[in-house]
Amino acid sequence: MEIDVEQYKKDLLAQGAEVVFSKTKNLTDTPFSYCGGCGHGVAHRLIMEVIEEMGITDKTIGVAPVGCAVIAYEFWNIDAVQAAHGRASAVATGIKRTNPEKFVFAYQGDGDLAAIGTAETVHTCNRGENIAIFFINNGIYGMTGGQMAPTSLIGMPSSTAPYGRNPDMHGYPLSLTNLLAQLPGTYYITRQAVNTAANVRKCKKAIRQAFENQKLKKGVSLVEIVTNCNSGWKMTARQANKWLEENMLSQYPLGDIKVPKTDN
Amino acid sequence: MSKEIKLLKGNEAIAEAAIRCGCDAYFGYPITPQSEIIEYLAAEDPYNKRTGMLVLQAESEVAAINMVYGAACTGKKAMTSSSSPGMSLKQEGISYLAGAELPCLIVNVARGGPGLGTIQPSQADYFQTVKGGGHGDYNMIVLAPYTVQEQYDFVKLGFDLAFKYTNPVMILSDGAIGQMMEKVTLSEQLPRETPDHEWTAKGKPTNRERHYITSLYLQSEVMEQKNLQLQAKYSEIRANEVRYEEIQTEDADYLLVAYGISARIARKVVQLARAEGIKVGILRPITLWPFPSARLKELAQQVKGMLTIEMSAGQMIEDVRLAVEGAVPVKHYGRMGGIIATPTEVFINFKKLFIE
Ligand SMILES: Cc1ncc(C[n+]2csc(CCOP(=O)(O)OP(=O)(O)O)c2C)c(N)n1
Ligand code: SF4
Ligand SMILES: [Mg+2]
Repeated sequence: MEIDVEQYKKDLLAQGAEVVFSKTKNLTDTPFSYCGGCGHGVAHRLIMEVIEEMGITDKTIGVAPVGCAVIAYEFWNIDAVQAAHGRASAVATGIKRTNPEKFVFAYQGDGDLAAIGTAETVHTCNRGENIAIFFINNGIYGMTGGQMAPTSLIGMPSSTAPYGRNPDMHGYPLSLTNLLAQLPGTYYITRQAVNTAANVRKCKKAIRQAFENQKLKKGVSLVEIVTNCNSGWKMTARQANKWLEENMLSQYPLGDIKVPKTDN
Repeated sequence: MSKEIKLLKGNEAIAEAAIRCGCDAYFGYPITPQSEIIEYLAAEDPYNKRTGMLVLQAESEVAAINMVYGAACTGKKAMTSSSSPGMSLKQEGISYLAGAELPCLIVNVARGGPGLGTIQPSQADYFQTVKGGGHGDYNMIVLAPYTVQEQYDFVKLGFDLAFKYTNPVMILSDGAIGQMMEKVTLSEQLPRETPDHEWTAKGKPTNRERHYITSLYLQSEVMEQKNLQLQAKYSEIRANEVRYEEIQTEDADYLLVAYGISARIARKVVQLARAEGIKVGILRPITLWPFPSARLKELAQQVKGMLTIEMSAGQMIEDVRLAVEGAVPVKHYGRMGGIIATPTEVFINFKKLFIE
C-alpha cells in the first residue's frame, strides 16, 4: 500500500501530535523498501544525518553498490551514482581524484566489496584514496535471494550452501576488513553494528569520523557495519538480531581495528 | 602563426592529444601494444607540469573503466586505453557508461586474438567494438584512424562527440598505427575546464533536486522507454555523424572497403590495379559506427564488386553486405595473426576473386 507521508503527518499534527524528531532532509520521502528490521535503512539514515550535520551536502557524492542498496539513491537526497557490482571503490576513486575538494563515499555490501570487488577494494585502500567506505556486512547475498557470501559463517545455511557453509568446500568466512587494516593506505578502520540503540549511536560517531578524516587527506576510512539480513537468513527481524549477537559478532567482533595515531 | 610539427609514435600522439585537448584524467593498465600511452603521460607528468591532468595506473582494466565512469559522472573529460584482452575486461563498464549516458573516450590499440593471442596488430575486434561487446542494446561512436595525425586529431573529436551525445566514444586503432612514427601537426593547448552540465553529480546544492546517475530501471515499461530514448539518440548519431573518405571512386568499377592500417594497403592496391587499367577505388570508413551504409549502397549501383580488406577473418564485410543488400558481390581478403597483407598479395587475390 502506498502511504501518503505528507497527509499522514498532517493527520497526526491535526490530532495534536508534537514534532519531537524529524528525519534528515538528506533522506527523500520515499519509504524504505528494505525488509523491516534490515540494517540498510538505519545505515542510510546515519550517513545522511552526518552529511547534513556537517553541512557538506553540496560537496558530497555517494556511490551506490549492486546489492539490496542498489536503489539507495531513491532514498538518499544527495547527488549519487550507481556503480557496477563490486566497482564502487573504483568509481569513487575516479570521482575523488578528479574532484579532490568533494566528499566521496562508497556504500557496499559484503558480496560487492569482499567477493566480486575484492581487487578494487584492496587497491583503493592500498592507494590510500581519501574516501570513506561503508561496508554493510550481513553475511549473505540479500538482493539475489540469500546465496552464500564470502562473509557467511561456517555452518550457516544459504541457498547455495543449503547444508551450511563447509570450509572444505566453500572456504572460510573472510574478514577483509582486518586484512585492509594492514595496508598503509588505510587511515581509520572500525567495525560497528546497528542492532541496538547504543550501537546505532556508536556507529554514527564512526561514520562522522570517516567523513571528518577526508579533510585530512590521509587515506581510506572504512566503517564495516555488521547487520542482519532477516529475509536471507530466513528469520524474523527479532530472531535475526539475536542470531547476529550470538553468532556474527564472535566472528566479526565490534570495535576499532585501526585508529589514527594522535599527532601529539 | 607557425605550425608546431613533431615526429610522434601513434600511441604518443594519443597521449599528447589528450593533454592538449584539456582532458582531465587518464586511467589505464599496461598492455602491449599501447603501453606508450600511459608511459608518455607518466613522463610528461601533466598533473604537475602541464595542465593538471590526472594520470593513474589502475589495478586492472576493470578498475580503470570504472574510474572513468566515476570521473565522467562529475562531467570531467576522462579516458582510458587498452588493447584487445583488456578491452574484453572493460565491456561491462562500457555497457554501464552507455546505459548511464556518460561521455568518455576509450582507445583500443588492437592486437590479434582470440585469447592472449599475439601482440601484433589486428582488426579482429571489429565485432566487439561496433556490435556491442558489452550487454544490452547500446552503441558507441567508433573512430578508426589510419595515420598518426588522425590518431592525434580523433582524441579531441572523440571527446567533442562524447559530450555532444553524452555517450562513450571509442578510437579503434591497431598495433601498427599505434607503433608507427609519423609527423604530426600539433594543435594548441586548450584549457582544462569543466562546463556545468546539468546531468552531473557533483554535490547537491539546496536550490536543485538531487542528481543521480544510474543505468538501473527495474520496471519493464520504464526500461523500455529508456531504451527507446537511447535508440532515438543513436538514430540522430546515424543521421549526423557518419564519416568516411573516398579515394578514386569517381570512375571506379571495383571498390575496396578498408579502414585503419588496411586502408593504407588499399591505397597501394589501387595504384597497382590502375597501372593495369583496372579502375579501383576505395571507401574508407572513418566512423565504423555509425557505418557509411548509405554511401556504400549508392556505390553498389556503380561498381561491379566490393572487396573488404581486413586484418581478421572478415568482420566488417557483414556490414558492407548489409549495406549493399546483395546488389553486388562482396568478398573479403585479409591476414590474421598480426600479418599485414602486402599490396601485391591483396591485388593478386582481388584479381582471382573478381577478374579471372
Ligand atoms: C556482474 C554481476 N554479477 C552478479 C550480479 C548479481 N548480483 C546482484 S547483487 C548480488 C549480491 C549482493 O550481495 P551483497 O553485496 O552482500 O549485498 P546485499 O544485498 O546483501 O546488501 C549479486 C550476486 C550482478 N548484478 N552483476
Ligand atoms: S533481503 Fe536482506 S539485505 Fe535485502 S532488504 Fe531484506 S533484510 Fe535487507
Ligand atoms: Mg550482503
